[in-house]
Amino acid sequence: MQKITRDVLVEKAVSLLENGSVSCVLGWKKGEFDYDITPAVFESKEELVSDFIFDDFCGANFSKYLVQKTRKVEGKILVFLKPCDTYSFNQLLTEHRFDREKVYAVGIPCEGMVDIGKIKAITGDGISSIVCGDTIKVNTIYDESFDINAKDVLLERCINCKSKKHVAYDELIGEEGEVIESNRFDEVARLEAMTPDERFAFWQNELSKCIRCNACRDVCPACTCEKCVFNNPKSGVENKAPANEFEEKMFHIIRAFHVAGRCTDCGECSRVCPQNIPLHLLNRKFIKDIDSFYGEYQAGAEVGSRAPLVNYTTEDIEPCDVFERGND
Amino acid sequence: MQRIGVFVCWCGSNIAGTVDVVAVAEALKKEPGVVFSANYQYMCSQAGQDLIKQAVKEHNLTGIVVCSCSPRMHEATFRKTAAAAGLNPYMVEIANIREQCSWVHKEMPIGTEKAIILGKAAIAKVNLNVPLTPGESPVTKRALVIGGGIAGIQTALDIADAGFEVDIVEKKPTIGGKMAQLDKTFPTLDCAACILTPKMVDVAQNEKIRIFSYSEVTEVKGFVGNFDVKIKKKARYVKEELCTGCGACTEKCPMKKVPNDFNLNMDTKRAIYIPFAQAVPKVATIDPDYCNMLKNGKCGVCSKVCTAGAIDYTQKDEFIEEKYGAIVVATGFNPISMDKFDEFAYNQSKDVITSLEFERLTNAAGPTAGKLLRPSDGKHPEKIVFVQCVGSRCDACNEKGKEYCSKICCMYTAKHAMLTRDKYPDTDVTVFYIDVRTPGKNFDEFYRRAVEEYGVHYIKGMVGKVSPEGDKLMVQASDLLDNKQLKIEADLVVLAAAIEPDKSARPLATMLTASMDTNDFFTEAHPKLRPVESPTAGVFLSGACQGPKDIPETVAQAGAAASKVIGLLAKDKLTGNPCVAHSNELMCNGCSSCERVCPYGAITYEDKEFRMPDRTTQIRRIAVVNPAVCQGCGCCTVACPSGAMDLKGFASEQIMAEVDAICK
Repeated sequence: MQKITRDVLVEKAVSLLENGSVSCVLGWKKGEFDYDITPAVFESKEELVSDFIFDDFCGANFSKYLVQKTRKVEGKILVFLKPCDTYSFNQLLTEHRFDREKVYAVGIPCEGMVDIGKIKAITGDGISSIVCGDTIKVNTIYDESFDINAKDVLLERCINCKSKKHVAYDELIGEEGEVIESNRFDEVARLEAMTPDERFAFWQNELSKCIRCNACRDVCPACTCEKCVFNNPKSGVENKAPANEFEEKMFHIIRAFHVAGRCTDCGECSRVCPQNIPLHLLNRKFIKDIDSFYGEYQAGAEVGSRAPLVNYTTEDIEPCDVFERGND
Repeated sequence: MQRIGVFVCWCGSNIAGTVDVVAVAEALKKEPGVVFSANYQYMCSQAGQDLIKQAVKEHNLTGIVVCSCSPRMHEATFRKTAAAAGLNPYMVEIANIREQCSWVHKEMPIGTEKAIILGKAAIAKVNLNVPLTPGESPVTKRALVIGGGIAGIQTALDIADAGFEVDIVEKKPTIGGKMAQLDKTFPTLDCAACILTPKMVDVAQNEKIRIFSYSEVTEVKGFVGNFDVKIKKKARYVKEELCTGCGACTEKCPMKKVPNDFNLNMDTKRAIYIPFAQAVPKVATIDPDYCNMLKNGKCGVCSKVCTAGAIDYTQKDEFIEEKYGAIVVATGFNPISMDKFDEFAYNQSKDVITSLEFERLTNAAGPTAGKLLRPSDGKHPEKIVFVQCVGSRCDACNEKGKEYCSKICCMYTAKHAMLTRDKYPDTDVTVFYIDVRTPGKNFDEFYRRAVEEYGVHYIKGMVGKVSPEGDKLMVQASDLLDNKQLKIEADLVVLAAAIEPDKSARPLATMLTASMDTNDFFTEAHPKLRPVESPTAGVFLSGACQGPKDIPETVAQAGAAASKVIGLLAKDKLTGNPCVAHSNELMCNGCSSCERVCPYGAITYEDKEFRMPDRTTQIRRIAVVNPAVCQGCGCCTVACPSGAMDLKGFASEQIMAEVDAICK
């Protein structure tokens, strides 16, 4: 389904690596199965040619990897960024989390990534091979084969894609895209329309699935504290599995508050959640509220923008008005 | 482990009346860390303080919890007591069992229970307290006075008199403020100009005082003793240093139809003007909205007639940056707009005027040269109705007016009525009032003279409607004492409009981080004991910006504000507040959230080299707090996503311990 091929990207990476512009490449590498594509660091032409991959499973957003990588690597790092990834890239720059000088960013177009969960829902377990394309061809170890329309199994964040525009890059492959009017807040509106009891039941049901694997936190580009409170022995909540219903909810609600105003809605949290909890909905609720209280604000749309929650203007909404709306 | 002493104060019967102080002392004795517990009638008294000092020595106390009144009242007292006993003053915590217990609860069991809980919270906090040492900062020995009315003038003169430099920033082209527009002043009926203008001249001639007229404060940074202020000097298109104030330009300017705001737009002025004869600085100003030269480049008459060569059509706004040790707010008041009061027909008839407009009509320098004439036809009014409390003392639900009493209207209306009867004995004067409030010195005598000697008709009741009929005004009102409806035919109706703080006050309060009440009056640090200080250190209040005031009261407060400023500027160094923010560099990720929310600009960043566990080094950006600039507001601690920022004396850990103690 992707319009550009891995060969174009490999060629670009090899040429930049060989002429010394960059010292390593952040890209996608084949995993154990066709569908579990893994982020990887490539340091040679050989590695790139044999292992680099770009297909409909390359959802991983590399922006966060730059925080640690730029500190350790001499020279520049080549990073491939899909449009949604560039928002995280900018947001991290706004927060001074890496040195822009140490990165060579190549913007690449994206036609939407697919959700292996949705494919498995059709095929069942035991997938032996997947061939990407507009029609995805899946074979299983039970000698079954499936033809699936890629558009039917897109990741939630791609169905509700907010932008095909790269907001940051040094070089762009393909054409400049546009910001898209998405329906990404429809689901939030549906939750808002519920009674408090219904909403509580909805989240209780979702969040009780959480196994506290911390994948959402580890992948989140807004979660880049030097020491996470959930890893800090002094905090009293270190590496703790939820002991009761209350704690189940608290982890995710605390995290949603933590990234409020900084979350670019990249959707990585929901993509990596092994329990398929729609975590992005918590973040989108905050984004929706911030938009309605302070005017539309897209985190990461530009570097250095002052997020409404860490800014003050005399036009800011009064706390009592926020309270009133909460009662509506 | 701390060794904590608990001291429960009775505050006479203030606390002991509703809180069982003995039970509180007993209960708190069992808390972790507490080694001594006592109660006493007045802990703040010398004997009470001695009790604390003695206990510190006898029981080797390391921390003190005083269960008493608000820390705003006596925290400083007990910190001094601790210091005298050899303890660090920041090892003292106050549990407020007066304002938060005995004064808000009526039943002893409830008050006692809550007092014990608050005591436990304070003990939990002291267990985590560490000794703190305040830093010092220098004092810039110059004051800024914002507003050049009588309040600002008096404050500036008094500060300058003590030998300190003062700058006055006034947004109008001249200082003088509202008092310059008045005719006579109650209760002695001196001419306002006669007593004000000498003071204005004193200001102009005082070497210690600079006047920035036609200027506004646009930015305030820093803190007590060290404010950095940006002042915008608006372009007046006249070089102040060259203009002699001869007035030739103001006579020759062909643009004659400029509304004269000094006379409340009841007559016109030229596009180049000097507001009034005794203006200070006596410098012309061009109104760019009306000047033909500035609008379309055609004219230039003023430039031709100016022998001093002072006209400069290319002048631009100028920004001045200056350092100050103290700031006095003297932004004053304005009458409220009468637009919403349709019942009084203010916008329908020229002969319905406000009291300030009446002042101009009776002022010798006003639009009628002091003759009391109707604005509509210039005739002498034979019947005048004064309406008091227009927009004052309104219901909270009434969106038109203000809930408060504007305080000055009763007296100036009595003055207007009396002066009218004195000058024009043929004029019939009626005053409608809700109450007559005359509590100042010689005020009631003044009002009674208006009634008894000058024959002013005072009628208790409110005017319901004023309607223009022909060249008369029909006034419908109720007489509450006679319980009847009245219809009076009047020639002139004068509305005692409520007064409100100047519109510039709110944005200024934001710049100064000074607090305001719901009516936009500046809040004082303590309504009784610190009436001229704002809660923001180094910011002082003078005049009507703090609440409605007459001239004697304004001048008294102006002097009081000056004395506070002098007390501050006389110090060479200020002891800082040690309860400032600090960043844990191991946790800080340099994201800049704290810097963005810091109202004082106290946070900067540096790249620091860290040695990592694997023996490599990493350079990381981390936040650094300047303790001299930090005011300990704690915004950064909330904004910090990593929990790296914390406040000394109010650490998150301490606050959580307090919450835990309360919830236990």
